Amino acid sequence: MSNHSYEPESFAFTPEYLEKAKAFIAKYPAGRQQSAVMPLLDLAQRQEGWVSRAAMEVIAEMLDMAPIRVEEVATFYTMYNRKPVGTFHVQVCTNLPCMLRGSDDVVAAAKATLGVEFGDMTGDGKFTLSEVECLGACVNAPMMQINDDYYEDLTAESTKAVLEAFKRGETPKPGPQNGRQFSCPAGGPTALTELKFEGGKA
Amino acid sequence: MPKLTIDGREIEVEAGTTIIQAADLLGIEIPRFCYHERLAIAGNCRMCLVEVEKMPKPAASCAMPVGEGMVVKTNTPAVRKARQGVMEFLLLNHPLDCPICDQGGECDLQDQAMAYGSDKNRCQEGKRAVPDKDYGPLVQTMMTRCIQCTRCVRFISEIAGTPVLGGLGRGEHLEISRYVNAAVSSELSGNLIDLCPVGALTNKPASYTYRAWELKKTESVDAMDALGSAIRVDTRGNEVIRILPRVAEDVNEEWLSDRSRFACDGLKRQRLDKPYVRKDGKLVPATWNEAFAAIAAKVKAAGTKVAAIAGDQADAETMVAYKDLLAALGSQAVDCRQDGAKLDASVRASYLFNSTAAGIEEADALLIVGSNPRKENPVLNARIRKRWQKGGFKVARIGHKGDLTYKYEHLGDDASILKAVAEGKHPFFEVLKNAKKPALIIGQGALSRADGAVLLGLARKLADAAGLVRDGWNGFNVLHTAAARVGGLDLGFVPGQGWRDVDHIVDGAHKGDIQVLFLIGADEVDMKALGEAFVVYQGSHGDAGAHRADVILPGAAYTEKSATFVNLEGRAQQTRLAVFPPGEAKEDWRIVRALSEALGKPLPYDSLKAVRERLAKASPVFAAIGQVVPAAWGAAFGAEGSLGDGALVSNVDNFYQTDPISRASKTMAECTAAFGGGCNHKHKKTGTHG
Ligand code: SF4
Ligand code: FES
Ligand code: FES
Repeated sequence: MSNHSYEPESFAFTPEYLEKAKAFIAKYPAGRQQSAVMPLLDLAQRQEGWVSRAAMEVIAEMLDMAPIRVEEVATFYTMYNRKPVGTFHVQVCTNLPCMLRGSDDVVAAAKATLGVEFGDMTGDGKFTLSEVECLGACVNAPMMQINDDYYEDLTAESTKAVLEAFKRGETPKPGPQNGRQFSCPAGGPTALTELKFEGGKA
Repeated sequence: MPKLTIDGREIEVEAGTTIIQAADLLGIEIPRFCYHERLAIAGNCRMCLVEVEKMPKPAASCAMPVGEGMVVKTNTPAVRKARQGVMEFLLLNHPLDCPICDQGGECDLQDQAMAYGSDKNRCQEGKRAVPDKDYGPLVQTMMTRCIQCTRCVRFISEIAGTPVLGGLGRGEHLEISRYVNAAVSSELSGNLIDLCPVGALTNKPASYTYRAWELKKTESVDAMDALGSAIRVDTRGNEVIRILPRVAEDVNEEWLSDRSRFACDGLKRQRLDKPYVRKDGKLVPATWNEAFAAIAAKVKAAGTKVAAIAGDQADAETMVAYKDLLAALGSQAVDCRQDGAKLDASVRASYLFNSTAAGIEEADALLIVGSNPRKENPVLNARIRKRWQKGGFKVARIGHKGDLTYKYEHLGDDASILKAVAEGKHPFFEVLKNAKKPALIIGQGALSRADGAVLLGLARKLADAAGLVRDGWNGFNVLHTAAARVGGLDLGFVPGQGWRDVDHIVDGAHKGDIQVLFLIGADEVDMKALGEAFVVYQGSHGDAGAHRADVILPGAAYTEKSATFVNLEGRAQQTRLAVFPPGEAKEDWRIVRALSEALGKPLPYDSLKAVRERLAKASPVFAAIGQVVPAAWGAAFGAEGSLGDGALVSNVDNFYQTDPISRASKTMAECTAAFGGGCNHKHKKTGTHG
């Protein structure tokens, strides 16, 4: 792993994030502060959008661990971005359930709307498109995650609509894009449609 | 203690033992890649699967603790099938390039593939390739061969204490890598090569020069530092190809320092392979008889004005022969402390590492004075680290402040601090006093100072005041850097009463009071200060001493003779001849024997057996080969007086080049260029080391 040109010289938590970091460290017993490595990496990513080498070294220092140990964690979990991402990180799931439910169309629509391939950032720095593994929302497959929100039950059209809205500076409503509520059956309830109690009272 | 049955054989083991350990005790072989008895358990290769009755699936025996009444089977069709499955996965991405792999013939993967591998590949996909990493001049990487057992990662983090390796990425993308630009400069990095079960990490200086099966293996003892690690010298023809550690639980466990392992190319360079005599200011080749005649003429004229200084790799046989020869000439001006260390040969406990190497693991408090154990003896330092990892071990240091791979309290670098501790005026005194097994390590950096005797006296005072020596425990330790030193002191290669020590020998040579000076592989003496003295240099390498010499007697290196060295614990050990000395060079004590004849004072022994009998007479230590002969505490040692100025520093500045052999080694020169003097794994924010 070499040093890339986008790696910054230094990193420092902002006072606000530093407070949060300290709160996380304080949650673990003395001598076990290394357990805070994952939340701290997450904080660094929330502050900068990604986890730089400088950030990993600062975290290593804070937790008294070898920088390579932090890097192991940061590279093991794909949700830590090891290079800069756009303002909106669009992560499309292409695992089996999503694929069976049409993630190929979602991928094609996302690529076409944003004009980039997987792993790339748009020229204006607004969007990065990534392919990811199962995000645990298979009941609402196919889906994509944009920053902290899930956009689910997608089609080529709704994918395009969501992304266009982001482009315009709006924040579309997260969740299923086909009108269903959470993961209720599409098209309304199919069971327990009427209430029946013991004793025949309705 | 739980009792279990493995393959029908019953065994009772300590609770917490794992199945593989129990099987090892029974001598039942279970294949393994990631498990290593000296490393933390990882349980990630799955090669060690066994069947355990009442368990639904095969279990990884390295990670499974034994249970009462467990019934384990290691050799059933189900076990074989499971292991075959594991092997198939391991080989999916393995390049199978055994014919061009240096590990070939001594590869665990190759061996196990013979037992569990298939001759067909069911996988249609291409294999993944992994870019090689730069681990410096010692360790060659071929990362495509890596099976991600993480032994290297665990070794460098746990044992070496320089955590620069790790597994980056996950799944298919997992790569063993070093931290960006951090040098893999542990002084123990060569052990990675032994630990790697495949050919991913191999011996870089020797790469592509040998096949394991064509090497002759000679079990011997290391003489590159004072620990005397057990080694195996692998040779082909008359060439040392590589040096490997052997298991010696009490000495080096199974580790070897990089200098001991990799300086062996120095055995082939700068060698003195024939006698030389200086004529008209120039050294010209001569016959042995001419060389002896030239010495005889000078010795005759010198009378008793002759002296001898032994270097750091002189063996005991040679030293005792020189001692006897000089005595026959009427001189007792001999010294084995070429650095002028104020060691007291009359009290054995004053110059030994009394706790023993293994014993340091029992200590619970330690004060290090004027020493950098990491540079002076990395293998011993790894023991101290091992002890520190177990916790409840307070370490403090007076001397240079640098990374020793364990945490310690830095008390400062001034000698007066030792005085304060010894007099109970420093808080660390109480720590030592209240410890159960307190220990002290004092290095040659302290003892070779002008006030070395005073420091030794203070150390003794501290030992008595803080109770470093108690029932069944002696925590007073001198850390030597010279393999020859303890042997020299044990056989009394020190000036007789009223005779010159090393400083006065040099001074005498300068002033003309010493006319003939024998340097026995002694290159650390100030050659410019030797005045007009006639210098006879006996040794293996053309280093400082040979350049100054008037006569050169070519001797043998430690791999080329059967010779006795006493290690810092006081353990006499013998090297074995692995190759013959080059050209006309000879076994050293025989040279002295022949010389004594030429000088008309024939020594009363002419076989190795007879010299060793003579040694045993000098000290019973030499009769107890392989054993630590403990020394009695008791008689006082050291001196009282005032302390000099200046910081306490180690006597080893560059770990890689400390003696004629390592100075002749190209590999060691490369390490010096790449890593500096050693001990610098610390990562800088910019990503460069230094
Ligand atoms: S390089 Fe060797 S020791 Fe290290 S993980 Fe790979 S196979 Fe194991
Ligand atoms: S497969 Fe896409 S969310 Fe689970
Ligand atoms: S040896 Fe047991 S899992 Fe590797």
